[in-house]
Amino acid sequence: MNRPSQSNYTREAIKGIASTTLQTNLRSFQERLGQGAMRMWVELADPEKRRRVKASRMRTLDHLDIILASLAEKVRARGGRVYFAETAQDASDYILAVARKNQVKRVVKGKSMTSIEIGVDPVLEAAGIEVVETDLGEYIVQLAGEPPSHIIAPCIHLDRRQIGRLFADQLGIDYSEDPPTLTRAARHALREKLLSAEMGLTGCNLACAETGQISLVSNEGNIRMATTMPPVHVAVMGMERVVATMAEHRETLQLLTRGAVLQKISTYVSFVGGPADTPGETREFHLVIVDNGRSKILADPEFREVLACIRCGACLNICPVYGKIGGHAYASAYCGPIGAVVSPLLEGINKHADLCKGETLCGACKEVCPVENDLPRMLSALRHKLAYGSDQWDTRQMNPAEAFAFRLWRHLVTRPALYRAGLRLAALLQRPFIGKNRMISRMVGPAAGWTDSRDLPPIARQSFAARWRQKHPPTPDVAKKTAENSGEEKV
Amino acid sequence: MANTTVSLFIQCLVDSMFPEVGEAMVTLFDRLGIPCRFPPDQTCCGQPAFNSGYRREAADAARHFIAVFEDAEVIVCPSGSCVHMVRHAYPLLFADEPAMLARAEAVAARTFELSQYLVDQLGLVEVGASYHGTVTYHDSCHLSRGLGVIDQPRQLLKGVEGLTLIEMRDSDTCCGFGGTFSVNYPEISTAMVDTKIDNILASGAGAVVGCDISCLMNILGRLSRRGEPVQVLHLAQVLAGAGQGGGQ
Ligand code: SF4
Repeated sequence: MNRPSQSNYTREAIKGIASTTLQTNLRSFQERLGQGAMRMWVELADPEKRRRVKASRMRTLDHLDIILASLAEKVRARGGRVYFAETAQDASDYILAVARKNQVKRVVKGKSMTSIEIGVDPVLEAAGIEVVETDLGEYIVQLAGEPPSHIIAPCIHLDRRQIGRLFADQLGIDYSEDPPTLTRAARHALREKLLSAEMGLTGCNLACAETGQISLVSNEGNIRMATTMPPVHVAVMGMERVVATMAEHRETLQLLTRGAVLQKISTYVSFVGGPADTPGETREFHLVIVDNGRSKILADPEFREVLACIRCGACLNICPVYGKIGGHAYASAYCGPIGAVVSPLLEGINKHADLCKGETLCGACKEVCPVENDLPRMLSALRHKLAYGSDQWDTRQMNPAEAFAFRLWRHLVTRPALYRAGLRLAALLQRPFIGKNRMISRMVGPAAGWTDSRDLPPIARQSFAARWRQKHPPTPDVAKKTAENSGEEKV
Repeated sequence: MANTTVSLFIQCLVDSMFPEVGEAMVTLFDRLGIPCRFPPDQTCCGQPAFNSGYRREAADAARHFIAVFEDAEVIVCPSGSCVHMVRHAYPLLFADEPAMLARAEAVAARTFELSQYLVDQLGLVEVGASYHGTVTYHDSCHLSRGLGVIDQPRQLLKGVEGLTLIEMRDSDTCCGFGGTFSVNYPEISTAMVDTKIDNILASGAGAVVGCDISCLMNILGRLSRRGEPVQVLHLAQVLAGAGQGGGQ
């Protein structure tokens, strides 16, 4: 199955498929959370809730500039600072400047995908600042030097033996594969970091414009410590992560924790509303609101909907493609169905062409999504950009040969006589490939993609159309018209 | 309703590779006394182009389809994904062409998948078929999630004399076909169809039945390569069988 020109997506996918650990973990995760979420939506006491939240998300997007301005005003009124970052670079530069000004040597992080998107960790590290993840899963992948492979379960590709070895190597503890022992070791190591860090860096699950506060959900309590113990707290948010009112906040949060882990509410919800008022200590709170390509998505009615996403990760838990390949194949901060749509839009459609093409459009993601985001529709729209190229999206035509093939196809399917002749020709050409079992087991060129692992039934000697015609000879005047058009064999 | 002449919309894959499925549909309609016709100029609904992003080409295929089927009373197709294409993609393709959009919507409203037509339109669940054996049913994505057709095929199968339906695990999980996806990403596609096949085998059924030949072709192709003896049948083939016992 090793064809010469494998893309990174395919290579990583093959690795994922070959990993027993990943397959076992993904399967049980998907069974529990993905299928659990499907059942939960059916049983939801208030079935209109999802539609209401979606409507409020879309409404917020329609007035995003005003709502963000009011968020910024409220945060500033509470003594926080707000920075609007146009690009990933701007955001990272700002965070580095805050760290430098406060002579930060160690940063503790709460889990944040936006921080991965803007690439701030390497920027801080290059400046000699230590960056430590405090979410257990993120901490594990950080120790392993790997990217996370699931939005809420970053180390889903590792098993406890691998984690045991990693901890023995990196934390200098005795090898153990007992989860409580490992958790205790991590907690011990992290507590030290949390106590000594000068800056906490987190994401933001939701920001509320009405109150000027951000909220963060966690089940480990690490977020609470990372946001309150260090004197400086920087939160990074994608600019769409805002809700207008506290009422909307409540319902959106309910869907977020349900979609993510079937919880009515997470163990901790931390509301951060500006720097704490600690006598004798200067404390700072910075909110970095990141655009980094979101304005462009917002401006395109075909894709605006993707900004309604509340990053719960439910679509990863149901997607049959993600369930096989895992998160690393997506080579981006965002993986799974949501990543397949948002990564090309943020980082380039050509760059992530495989993410646009590498799904079956089965629709499970749309069904499980708490806000019913139509990801399959948007994947199809992305393919449309790749098919012809798009100036608006700076996208080149992906595959001129494929484009030519479809032009030829159009020529055939709109000319029945030619189409029928083409089928008969194909039936002839395939003959040498048909095996004893009446199946084609080997094809060449791109079609080998099918026959490398599957047999293909051949084109029938007589099509349905031909059989029908044989049994229902057309009446003379119809015959004349049909003979002109269909080129059907007279049998 | 039963006197309405059905225009057969035979999916291109059925026409060229599985003509027996189309014939089974005709046998079934004949037995039920439903008159049918086959507009000979039909080719392909345009789905392959649409799913690959080639919307101009798909729109031309759609124009052709609409011209061919415009005068049909009712259009019935043995494939959920083709019906999904006509119902849900055509309106998108002609969103900026009001005249075409109206024609497309008129045709879409009269286009049904086979089980949908029999159960929802004709109110039939027993069609006088018999099949002696166990079968399991695969839900095709565009049929189940796209068109909401989940119970209809099951009701029809339960109405078949001698047939026992055994549900497989995750019957509605994608089989990994996905059109050109199956050829462009064969490793992922194969991993997916392998899981589907494992579930089919675990059900213990002697045959897997579906309503979309594309999925069935994928399942059949992998079953054949793995050398598994499970039979693959389109719903129409089961419903056409009258008293011949198991098999086609
Ligand atoms: S697209 Fe929907 S399911 Fe996926 S992460 Fe976003 S909100 Fe959750």
